[in-house]
Formats: sequence, C-alpha cells, structure tokens
Amino acid sequence: MAELLVWPALLAYGEAAFAYAGNARNPGLYGRLATWGVRLGWLAQTALLVVQATRADGFPWSTWAGSLNLFVWLVVSAYLIWGCSPRFRLLGLGVMPLAAALLAISYAAGGTEGAGGAAWGDVVLVLHIGLILVSFAGFTVAGGLAALELWQERVLKSHPAGLLRQRMPSLVALDRLTVGTVGVSLAALTAGIIPGLARLPDRGLDVLVAGTLVLWALGASVLYLRVRAGRRELAAALALGGVAAVIVLQLGLLFAHVA
Amino acid sequence: MRLLLVGTSHRLSPLEVRERVALDHDGEAALARRIGEGGEAVCLSTCNRTELYLAAADTDAAGERATAALADLGGIPRGELEPYLYRLEQDAAATHLFRVAAGLDSLVPGEGEIQGQVRSAYERGAVGPLLDRLFRHALHTGKRVRTETAIGESPASVASAAAALAAQVFGDLAGRRILVIGAGKIGDLAARNLVGRGAQLLFVANRTVDRATSLAERFGATALPLDTVEQELAGTDIVVSSTSARGQILSADQVRRALPKRKGRPLLLVDLAVPRDLDPAIKELPGCFLYDIDDLQSVVEETLSGRRGEAIRAEAIVAAEGDRFSEWLGSRDIVPAISSLRERAEAIRRGELAKASPRLAGLSEPERNAVESLTNQIVNKLLHQPIMRLKEAGVGEEGERRAPQSRLEG
Repeated sequence: MAELLVWPALLAYGEAAFAYAGNARNPGLYGRLATWGVRLGWLAQTALLVVQATRADGFPWSTWAGSLNLFVWLVVSAYLIWGCSPRFRLLGLGVMPLAAALLAISYAAGGTEGAGGAAWGDVVLVLHIGLILVSFAGFTVAGGLAALELWQERVLKSHPAGLLRQRMPSLVALDRLTVGTVGVSLAALTAGIIPGLARLPDRGLDVLVAGTLVLWALGASVLYLRVRAGRRELAAALALGGVAAVIVLQLGLLFAHVA
Repeated sequence: MRLLLVGTSHRLSPLEVRERVALDHDGEAALARRIGEGGEAVCLSTCNRTELYLAAADTDAAGERATAALADLGGIPRGELEPYLYRLEQDAAATHLFRVAAGLDSLVPGEGEIQGQVRSAYERGAVGPLLDRLFRHALHTGKRVRTETAIGESPASVASAAAALAAQVFGDLAGRRILVIGAGKIGDLAARNLVGRGAQLLFVANRTVDRATSLAERFGATALPLDTVEQELAGTDIVVSSTSARGQILSADQVRRALPKRKGRPLLLVDLAVPRDLDPAIKELPGCFLYDIDDLQSVVEETLSGRRGEAIRAEAIVAAEGDRFSEWLGSRDIVPAISSLRERAEAIRRGELAKASPRLAGLSEPERNAVESLTNQIVNKLLHQPIMRLKEAGVGEEGERRAPQSRLEG
C-alpha cells in the first residue's frame, strides 16, 4: 500500500519541479500544472504518512530515513500555505526539486516503509522528533524566502528595465514572512529541544546536539537583528544560512545512522 | 433582433471630431434612451471613442438613427461625419466590444480604465436580452484577459511606474506614508497615483511653503519648508521629488542619518526632477531604493513592449470569447424555428388523436394515458434529429444561420 502511494507522490513532486522550471521561462499553464503537482503530491504523501502511522507498531519517523520522509511532508506543507499563489512560484523552483529528491532518498533508504522505531508511548521522544522536524522544515522554507528577499533586494537596487515584469512578492511581504517563519521555527525548535534535554545526560553533548544549538542561535540572531537592530539584509542572509545548518544537521543524522 | 454598432474612435477620427461627439455619463444614458426608442441601446463614450450599440430588427433604420444622433450631437453635417464612422453588425460588433473591454483597442494596450467605462455605459444603457448578454460577456472577456495575461499589470507612464515600483517594494500601499518634494504638476501626478493605490500623502515640501500648501490641502497633508525634509525621513516610506532646483535637495548623508530610526524599513526615493534633486549616492545606502527619471522611463518602455507581447495572447482570448458569443447568437436565431416546428408537430399529433377518438372511446383512463405518452414519444423521437440539425446550422457560418429552415427543407 505504501509503495502505491510513494510513486504518485514522487511523480507529482517531480512533475511540479519540472513545471516550475517551465513556469520560470513561460508563465501561465506551467504554473498551474506545478500547483496541481504540489497539491496532488502532498495528498499522496499525506495518505502515505497515514498508512505508515496506522501500520507501524511504533513511531515510524524516528529513523533517519523516516524522519526525512516526514521532513519533506512538513516542508511541502509549509510551502503550500503560500506556494500556490503565482507570486511565490519562484520559491517552488527551489522547494519542489528538493522535496522530490529527498523523498526519493527517503524511499531508497526505507523511510517510507511501515517499520516502527520508537514506541508511540515514548511521548517525549515523539514530541522531540516531531518538533525538531517542524523547526527544520520551517528553517528550510524561511531560507527559501530569505533567498527570494535578497534576490528581490538585488533586483530593486540594480534597476533592470524589466523589473516590473517579474511577478515576485513584495520586499516587505518577503521580509515579514521570513521573520515570521523563523519565529515559528525557533519556537518549535525550542519546544523540541526541551524534551531532548531530558535525554542529554545519557546521550552527552555530541555534534548533532551542538549543531541543533547552533541552529537555535542562528534563529535567535535573525530575530534579534531584524526586530531589535533593524538589520534586515543581514537577518535575511543569516536566515539563508539556516538552510545550510539544516543540511549539515541532516547529513549529521545520516552519518550517525550509518555509523 | 440583430446587433449593430455605429461609432468613432481614435483609430478613425481626430481629437477635434471625438471631442464634439463625446458625452458625460448623463448624456450617455439620455442618448441610449433616445435612440433605443423603447428597445435596446447602449452608448459608450470615453476620451478615445463614442460608440452606440443597438439591438434592432431593422439595422438599416437603426443605423440611420444612430448616425443622425451623432451628427446632431457634434453639430457636424452628416456627410462630413460619416467618413469618421464605422458600422459593424452581429459577430463583428460583439468582437469589437470584447476588444474594447479588454483594452486592446486603447491607445495604450491593456489600460485598465476602459473596463470601468464599459461597465458604467452598460449600467446606464437601455439594455434588453441581447445587449445585456453582450455587455456581460464583454466584461467577462475583459476580466479574463486581465487575469490570464499580464497586459494590465505594467505601468504606461512615469507616474504609474513609480506607483508600481512602490508596490513592488511594499506590496499593499495602504497606510504607506509619502513625502512629496516640490509642488509642481509632476509631483502632483505621482502623488495621485500613489494615493490611488492606498498610500497616504503626509507632507509636501517646497521652497515656497504657500505653493506647497495648496497641494497639501488637496490631499489632507502638511506643507513644509525644504530644510525640514530630513527630520521627516524617519517616518516616511516613499519620497517623490520633482523640483526645478539647480542643486541637490537631499544628500546621502542626510538620508544616512535618518536610517537608524527606520529600523530596517525600506525607503523608496523617486527623483523625477531634471537636474536631479536627490544625491545618486543614496542608492548605495542599505534599504534605500533610488530611481531617477531615466530608470522609470526605461521601465515604462520595457513594459509597453511587454504589453504588446501580451496583447497577442489577449487577442486569442478575445477570439475564443467572440466564438462563444457567436454560438449563442446562432442558437438565439434558431429558437423561433424550433418552436414553430414543435408547435406544428404537436398540432398534427393532437389532430390525429382527435380523428381517432371514436375508435379509442372504449379505452380506460390508464390506456388513454399510455396512448398519449406513446404519441408524445414518437413525435419527440421524430423531431430529435431535425432539431439537432437546426442547432448545428445555427452555430455554423453566418449565411447558413440565417436560413436554418431552408436548409432543413433542402
């Protein structure tokens, strides 16, 4: 059953990724095809997660590959909030190829199967993983938004004649969304770290824990720079750095999994 | 009833003629009532056109009435006016209105005002089934063109380009604060465009405060002397400058000093003056976006060429909508023919039933109902194919549509 849902999700995400590329050159029909790809893929992946949750004898996303599957779903969910609006389609060009690739990796590594990891009864661990993944997804989308913001800033500064033909969200909207998404992600990360602290004495301070704390510091710096210091561009650049931190953490999780 | 359009536009007549046949809203309504003569008529009058749309059984007589009305209106002898007039009928008239509503017949392709002008003319006209459908379809076409193409998104003047740029920076301009430096016409026009999008004109600064006051009062703003501009930068989102001063009005240092109080909020500065009022070094400051007249002019040129490209896509939409309307017109033409065919068949059925009634006298009530139903079904089945043919003929070529009955008989 899970197998039957992975492929539609993968195909729809892949189709959306190609359609977004087409939309960048020729807006219109490609944009609508991309939007439907995202929606159908998200529905298929949601169904996949439901099937996994009902079939597994434990929390099915506590493994590295499983967490990647849930991470992709969270990123696409966050993107879906604004992504279907024409002005945010450029963000889809970054998000959907990433989603398709990561879901494919998760599938190849067995993350879409129903095998259980941690028991559902281990609420602390389930909360810890869930909230950390929500924050990772949020930081990833915030990074995409920050990239759009910096690009929009550059375009506005360089005065190209075709400036108004680019259908982009306004600079202020991107700024507000980036900061808002970082704020939500930071809150989720903080809430996710707290249950993890309970396990710290057993686990010790390893690279992953340190990386998570760095991500937290990065999120807090973005908020401080933007809200208190009024350094919008620097805050956006740091938010973009948040994506790099998430990638490093995901790779760290992979190495930990392989080890 | 047939559809007829008589009118003139910038494509055919000079301004001297157009201005004489132009009408205000009340004039549009009065003329529509007068030439409609109790039937259907709509008068569309803008700075680029005056057009009369009529639904009439006799289009020749209606055309005469419309031409005479326009000649009377302009005080122009009919013979002199006629070379400037066009006259279109049926599908051609409908497609023309669709192009007008889409902004494709405007001086600047895709200009947005025409949609409102068409709606206003429709609301003030004497509309019946045909013109009601025509104008609703035209408004739908205009909306579709604006939604599905980018033809109406790009600005067509420097002032509207400044407003579009502001929207690119701030998104919704509601509540954004404007400071205008210079009280001339250009600043006034730019301010109007920004205020039209929801921004708020807070200050008008000018060397002569008295001149600033008259502009400021119109927008409920405050007039300032030029030397106080720096103090107001912290609370301003958009600065528009258009003085005739020889030197700079605002330096990069003055703007830099205001930045800490702005807490990272972007500042858009539009310099419409020649020579420039604002220090070009301002554009290097973080969060400051400075545009001069050349920047805006190149944006306008680029977007106008973009509009022409989008017009090709818009024409395809208009053509598709024209076909849909044409189908409807066709189906409208054959309705009387279908009705007459049905009436004739029903009369034959009833006549035959009446003839057979002595032989059917012994039937019970349910048996009579069964015979009634059976004869109805036979008539419906016999009529099905001829009616389908009629409908096909109705949506075919114009020549075929006019004589559906003869096609059947043939």
